[in-house]
Amino acid sequence: MEITLNHYLALATILFGIGLYGVMRRKNLLMLFFATEILLNSVNIGFAAISHYYGDLTGQMFAFFVIAIAASEVAVGLGLLIVWYKRHNSIDLDEMSLMRG
Amino acid sequence: MFEAVSFYLFAFLVIVSFWIAVTTSQALYALTALAAGMILISGFYFTLGADFLGAIQIIVYSGAVLALYAFGMMFFDTTRNVKEKNPNKLIVGTLAVLATVLTLAIVAAPLVSQNIVAFYPSVESVGNTQQVGVVLFTKYLVPFEVAAVMLLVAMIAGIVLAGKKMDVSLTKLGEDEIEKHEAQELN
Repeated sequence: MEITLNHYLALATILFGIGLYGVMRRKNLLMLFFATEILLNSVNIGFAAISHYYGDLTGQMFAFFVIAIAASEVAVGLGLLIVWYKRHNSIDLDEMSLMRG
Repeated sequence: MFEAVSFYLFAFLVIVSFWIAVTTSQALYALTALAAGMILISGFYFTLGADFLGAIQIIVYSGAVLALYAFGMMFFDTTRNVKEKNPNKLIVGTLAVLATVLTLAIVAAPLVSQNIVAFYPSVESVGNTQQVGVVLFTKYLVPFEVAAVMLLVAMIAGIVLAGKKMDVSLTKLGEDEIEKHEAQELN
């Protein structure tokens, strides 16, 4: 019953699959952002697990930078979303597929 | 034994809550499930000995990121049911699984080889936070500073984008009126 690196990698794969499914399925942009957070988190689990099983700190460092990037992505993404919502009163992905500006 | 129990417990809970987050039609349920999943993920980090990462996960994700999302939810009035035109579930599911397996194959292929050596081996006698601090402020100092600048840029971008014209509702104006407003602000 020992937990190996492969267990953690399998878990990260399952979570990545869930996030990818959400990215493809969601049409509401806020919900799409939730799914991207799941993607980033699943990758972080993989990094931390590899860092632990190979006795190397590089994986944790990458996880920190991924978290920093996720935080700035949320700030800029929500700002853009607010501007879009103020102008069009909708954050539906299908309605912004027309390139009218 | 306890590691196995905690792994399977956390894995089950995280998968369930993230599955709810991507499939539910209620924005509030999605946000709550996402918050639960984020906190539960930090359990893996503590099991893996990455204490500092676990604390950062709770503070940054469950604290800052989800607070921002909660703010966004209030702003967008997504408390009603989210109406979405759903594509074919079978196609989307198959594509997601295929893409995931492909990504895993690409990323995990180097792990198959046996000659992997640790660049920055962890030391047994020192705590995790101290090790992280030493490596972060020596080997990864430049990426750390770049990340700091990037966060500053993101903060300014967020303030400028979200705080601009909070007093007028842009949805109720026509395109020419918006341009008039912008011209007024420039003068």
